[in-house]
Amino acid sequence: MAKTVLLIEDEPNITEAMRFILQRDGWSVSIHADGATALDAVDRVRPDVVVLDVMLPNRSGFLILRDIRAARQTRDLPVLMLTAKGQEKDRALAESYGVSHFMTKPFSNQEILARLQELTQP
Amino acid sequence: MIGFNLLLGVALVYVACLFAVAFWAERRARQGQESWLRSPLIYTLSLSIYCTAWTFYGAVGYAARSGLEYLTIYLGPTLVFVGWWWILRKLVRIGRLQRITSVADLISSRFGKSNALAVIVTLLAVVGTTPYIALQLQSVTLSFAAFAAANPSGWDLSDLDQTAFWVAAGLALFTILFGTRNLDANERHHGVVMAIAVEAVVKLIALLAVGIFVVWGVADGMGDMLARIDASTLVQSPVAPDRWVALTFLAGAAVICLPRMFQVIVVENSDERHLSTAAWAFPLYLMLMSLFVVPIAVIGLAELPAGSNPDLFVLSLPLSHGQGEVATLAFLGGFSSATSMVIVAAIALSTMVSNHVVMPLWLTLRREGATVSGDVRKVVLLSRRISIGGVLLLGYGYFRFSGGGAALASIGLISFAGVAQVLPALLGGIFWRGATRYGAGAGLIAGFLIWAYSFFLPSFGASPMMPATLLAEGPFGLGWLRPTALFGIEGMDPLVHAMFWSMLFNAGFFIAISLVTFPTPLERLQGAQIVNVFDHSGRARGWLGTKAETEDLLVMAQRILGPGDAQALFQQAAARQGSTGYLPEPTPEFVELLERELAGSVGAATAHAMVAQITGGAAVSVQDLLAVADETAQMREYSTQLELKSRELTQTARQLRDANAKLTDISIQKDAFLSQISHELRTPMTSIRSFSEILLDGDGLNEEATRRYSGIIHEESIRLTRLLDDLLDLSVLENGQVVLHRQDVLLRDVLDRAQSSAGGSALVGRAPGPDAPPGAARAPLRIERQPLAESVRLVTDGDRLAQVFINLISNARKYCQRDHPVLRIVPRVEGNLLTVDFIDNGRGIPEKSQQIIFEKFARLSDESAAGSAGLGLAICREIMLKLGGGIDYLPGQGGAAFRVTLPL
Repeated sequence: MAKTVLLIEDEPNITEAMRFILQRDGWSVSIHADGATALDAVDRVRPDVVVLDVMLPNRSGFLILRDIRAARQTRDLPVLMLTAKGQEKDRALAESYGVSHFMTKPFSNQEILARLQELTQP
Repeated sequence: MIGFNLLLGVALVYVACLFAVAFWAERRARQGQESWLRSPLIYTLSLSIYCTAWTFYGAVGYAARSGLEYLTIYLGPTLVFVGWWWILRKLVRIGRLQRITSVADLISSRFGKSNALAVIVTLLAVVGTTPYIALQLQSVTLSFAAFAAANPSGWDLSDLDQTAFWVAAGLALFTILFGTRNLDANERHHGVVMAIAVEAVVKLIALLAVGIFVVWGVADGMGDMLARIDASTLVQSPVAPDRWVALTFLAGAAVICLPRMFQVIVVENSDERHLSTAAWAFPLYLMLMSLFVVPIAVIGLAELPAGSNPDLFVLSLPLSHGQGEVATLAFLGGFSSATSMVIVAAIALSTMVSNHVVMPLWLTLRREGATVSGDVRKVVLLSRRISIGGVLLLGYGYFRFSGGGAALASIGLISFAGVAQVLPALLGGIFWRGATRYGAGAGLIAGFLIWAYSFFLPSFGASPMMPATLLAEGPFGLGWLRPTALFGIEGMDPLVHAMFWSMLFNAGFFIAISLVTFPTPLERLQGAQIVNVFDHSGRARGWLGTKAETEDLLVMAQRILGPGDAQALFQQAAARQGSTGYLPEPTPEFVELLERELAGSVGAATAHAMVAQITGGAAVSVQDLLAVADETAQMREYSTQLELKSRELTQTARQLRDANAKLTDISIQKDAFLSQISHELRTPMTSIRSFSEILLDGDGLNEEATRRYSGIIHEESIRLTRLLDDLLDLSVLENGQVVLHRQDVLLRDVLDRAQSSAGGSALVGRAPGPDAPPGAARAPLRIERQPLAESVRLVTDGDRLAQVFINLISNARKYCQRDHPVLRIVPRVEGNLLTVDFIDNGRGIPEKSQQIIFEKFARLSDESAAGSAGLGLAICREIMLKLGGGIDYLPGQGGAAFRVTLPL
């Protein structure tokens, strides 16, 4: 059974590129673009892994991560964070909230696939 | 008969005796053997300076002219000493506790050390006393003249003119020698007082001798005398009750207010109890002095040729009967009366003039000019000596000027009435706490002016100062202001008239103005000290107290030192005294210790005043209070300085904080800017890299996908290029290196170009993806324009203006969250100003964000749907500034609204 990845990202072009490479790699891909309702999407989709952007409309990715870690069902859910800001303090902030892996844009397709595999290994 | 030289010789010997007595008394006092110098007898005798030459010679003249009225001059002081001696006691107590040096000093002290008041009183005293001194000089001259008249041979009448001068000079010498030995005016002048006492005895004996000679030598004993008195018209002269009341009042007032009387009653008093002796002895003395006045007057009128000066009956009667010895004794009596009055008056006046006029002036000059080296002590003594000379010179001048014309008694009365103006302020000051300096000043000035106008100046008759027309018709023809009939009251005796109006206005102004003005704090304190002088000084002296006082001291000390320190201090003291509790005995040592401790916190003077308040051991003097005031002022100044410093520090701190905040702000802005640039660059690069890797793999791609992904890469590289263009554009605009191409353009053309450019933007036509933000599927933006209003010609850079318009139209297209978005473009010309409003029908921009939309990367975070970097409005603003116009957000238009402004 294919593993599910929830992609929380608002840039349409990036979403499209990731959907393509993830599906090609055998993932079941769910996409959500709004920050405010991202947690509902997590509850609904119950993904195996989440790819989370930082700069999202209406709500920051950091706050979403914090809430994911605060809820009992999603406490151990692997979350890979992506950001275009790429500053050190953003990485530190993400790690303090308990991110599983932190990557800056632009990324290598191969690398992101490898990371997702890693994060979903039993 | 007695020649000039003999008389002069007797006078000189007498004067030499007085010098000797004074010198001897001074020496005794300095040797500490002053006990009997301070006896009640000496005190009472010294009061006899009330009986001047006016009383000695003038009373007889007065009786000869006006009958028994002369008695009022004795009645007034008698009433005061017998009936109101408690007023005198209060004055004496105040004088000693406050170290009062004169009437002027008392009034000034009472009303908060007001030197202006002191100057007024001094002036009043000088004006009131100068004629009186002149009167004494005149009496001496007249007495010489009486001898000359009795024995014309052996007299060089030209000498007479000089007599007054030499008498004045001699008196000045005596007064300076014995009146200014000590700096402290409050110090008693033993020599002077002793000499006066001797003179008091001489004049009493002299007058009694003349009286005895008259009754038993001229008349035939008491029986004959009484018969002759009964027969004379003198005692039958009509009695005017109003004049009697006025004169009695005047004499009573004068005995309190006259500077010389104040000097002997208050300043020279060494023991309050002497007053109780004086209360009966002084009236007795006055009675003896007045005993033979009527007999001498009656016999003089009867025996001496008509036209003889009744003021000289005392001399001329013995002379006419060949009694040279009695006459000489009478001469010495009159001489004593004159000299003792002049000496004391000169001391009293010089003290006032020196303390309240000369010294303040000198101090002012010294402060302004170069520093005068030397001892202030010397200056004070010199000033007092010069003042004595000045006072006597003034008296002599008045004597020469007035020509000795007026009758002795009338000059005396004028002086009395003038000096009596001090009475309301004096009595009010010591009995009424509500009296204020303004009230006192107003009363004094009003009384003084009315006295001068209605009594003093008219006494010269018509003179340059008071022309005859003014006397008869009043100033400016105002009859009701005639000096001798004020307010239309005619037919009043001039003295009663002047006394009535001056006292009415004096007391009236004093009370009324005191009621409507407020005393200064110092005035209030002094008022309380003086009015309640018996309460304050009645308590035990020295630092003797009870436990209750120690408790009070502890309470006070706790307030100042804090409870811990205060209790520790008291406990230690108690332990040292060997007592078990925490309250020590208030021994002098302890109280001094406490005072020192408190002084460390509140200043020495304040500490002393506070401790004194509780222990009651020492009255709080004016000096103490002034020192307290000084300390308080210093502390206030110090605290003001501290406050100033603290305010400066606060200000500096705020400036630093502001600067720091600004720096932090700039730093945050810079970080945000870099972060934004990073984001704006990385986002398209992410798509480009991702899609190019997909294309490179070529794995599972159909042709349609390949084309589509190449399109995205192409689109994103354009986006990147535009972003870089924007950044460079903004940088150029901000650094002012932009070149404008101004030309004549039509607004409509610029708008057309902008609309087509914005419409043709690659950004706008993009089809929304499956998860595109809400509103992305809306209808295309409709633009409403007003072509007629757009036919405005202007000279500007059309390309740059179009760039601004493009931005605004694109923004509306991107951000207007409506299914049917509409943008209205409204141009308007107002004066030489063109405004173009861009108003859409969206939600508008929240108020808090309206401030920041023109900042770089100010794209509102929740509206980042459209792919712009947020530099648009910042660029617009820079362009509009360069074009000489502006761009602003227009609040309250419903949707987002921008106004572009340009000068025409």
